Amino acid sequence: MNAKSLQASLLELVRRTSCDLPPDVEQAIQRAWRKEEKETTAKYALDVIRKNIVLARENSRPICQDTGSILFYVDAPQGFDVNAFRQAGDAAVKHATELGYLRQNSVDSLTGKNSGTNLGPGSPTYHFAQWKRASIQVRLMLKGGGCENCGVQYALPYAALAAGRDMAGVEKCILDATYKAQGKGCAPGILGVCIGGDRATGYAHSKEQLLRTLDDKNSDPALAKLEQRVMKAANSLGIGPMGFGGKTTLLGCKIGALNRLPASYFVSVSYMCWAYRRRGALLSSAGKVSRWLYD
Amino acid sequence: MVITTPISEEVIRSLHVGQVVEVSGAVYTGRDSVHRYIFDGGKCPVDMRGSAIYHCGPVVVKENGQWIVKAAGPTTSIREEPYQADVIEKLGLRGVIGKGGMGPKTLAACREFGCVYMHAIGGAAQVLAEVVDRVEDVYFLEKFGSPEAIWHFSVTRFPVVITMDSHGNSLHAGVEDASRARLEELIAGR
Repeated sequence: MNAKSLQASLLELVRRTSCDLPPDVEQAIQRAWRKEEKETTAKYALDVIRKNIVLARENSRPICQDTGSILFYVDAPQGFDVNAFRQAGDAAVKHATELGYLRQNSVDSLTGKNSGTNLGPGSPTYHFAQWKRASIQVRLMLKGGGCENCGVQYALPYAALAAGRDMAGVEKCILDATYKAQGKGCAPGILGVCIGGDRATGYAHSKEQLLRTLDDKNSDPALAKLEQRVMKAANSLGIGPMGFGGKTTLLGCKIGALNRLPASYFVSVSYMCWAYRRRGALLSSAGKVSRWLYD
Repeated sequence: MVITTPISEEVIRSLHVGQVVEVSGAVYTGRDSVHRYIFDGGKCPVDMRGSAIYHCGPVVVKENGQWIVKAAGPTTSIREEPYQADVIEKLGLRGVIGKGGMGPKTLAACREFGCVYMHAIGGAAQVLAEVVDRVEDVYFLEKFGSPEAIWHFSVTRFPVVITMDSHGNSLHAGVEDASRARLEELIAGR
C-alpha cells in the first residue's frame, strides 16, 4: 500500500461523501417532492433541500454543516495493514477538516475541548473486516448528531406499546421511534434497524443497514415485508419533511437481524437524516481508487 | 416577506405560524455552550437586542485573513429548551432560529416577550451559507471552540418558516398531537 495514494484516495472519498449526496438518495428526495402538495411548507422544505443538494455538489462544500461521526467500513484481504490504513485515514480526515469538507467536530467529553482536527478517541471510527478479494473496499458514512440523537433501543416485551417478542412488536417499536423523532432528526429520514444482538452489536448492526441502497430489496422475505409495512405505516403519521406535516416522513427503512440470547430481545433503531451521506470506493492494493461505489 | 433586524415588537406580533419569511441584517449563532453560559449569569459580549439567535455550529475557515462561511445550517433546538426562555428575556431577542421546534417554556416566553421561533431547513447548509454576506465578528472562539462560538453574521433574505409565534401557537405541538393519534391507531391495529 502506498501511503500517499491511499491518503489522497481517502481525502477524495471524504470530500465526495460530505459534498455529493448519492444518486439513490437524491432520487428518493425527488420522488418525495413530487408527492407533496403545492404551496405547503412540506413542499417548500423539499424545494430548499433539492436546491441545497445541487449547491453543495457544484461548490464542493458540505451538504450539512454537521459533518457528523466519521464511520469507515473497510473490507480488506488477508495480510492487510490495518495500522497503516488508520494512519492514512486520520491524515485524510485532518486534511479534509483544514479544507472545510469537515467541521471541527470532535470534542473531549470531559473537558469540552474541541481537538480542531476531528482526531481523538473514537474519531474517526474504523470497522475492519477481512474478505476474499484482492482489492480493498472502503465505505464511509457521515452521520450528524441531530439524527444520531434520535436513535432508540427497545427491550421486548415493552409494555408501553404492548409490544411482544414478535414481528408485530418489532413494528410497533419502529413506528414509535419514528413518532418520537418527529422532525428533529431532519425528516424525511431513513431508519436502520436491528432485531436482536446485544445492546452494542444491535446498534452497530442497525447502522450497518444504512450501508444498503434505498432501492435494494431485503434478501430475507420476512424482513422485506416488514420494511414495506413500516414504510407505509410511518408515512401515514403525517410528520412530514422537517416535521412541518406532510406525506413523506421516511425515505427508507432497512432492517437486519442478529441472533439473541434467550433472555434478551432488543430492537435497535438508528435514524439517518435526509442528508444521508454515504459513499464508497474499491481501492487497488496500492491504495488507488479503481471504482467508486454508490455512483 | 422580508424582515430586517433589529425587529420591532409590532412586526413580531404580526407573524403567525406557517408563514414563510426572510430575515435580513444581523444574526448571531449560539448553541449549547452559549445558552448554558448566559443562563448561568454569564455576560453576553455583544448586544443582540431586537435580533435573532441562530442555533448553528457553522463550518468557518480562514482564507487569506478572512473568515469564509463554508456551511451554516441549523442544529436541533430542543436541547436549549431549559435555557431559551431565560436567554430570550436576558438578551432581548425577537427571534430564535433553529430546527425541530421547541417546547412550552419557550412558547410561553415568545408570548410574554414578543419573540418567534423561526424554523430553518435542517441540513440545508449551502442554501443558508449563501445568504450569509459576511462574518462581522466572532466571540468565544477559543473558549467554546468554533462550532460553539458566537458568530456575528450579516445575512440577506435568510429563509425560515415561522413554526412558533408570539400568540401561543406551535406547529410542532399540532403535528405531534396528530401523529400521536395516528400512532395509537396503528398500534391498536397490530
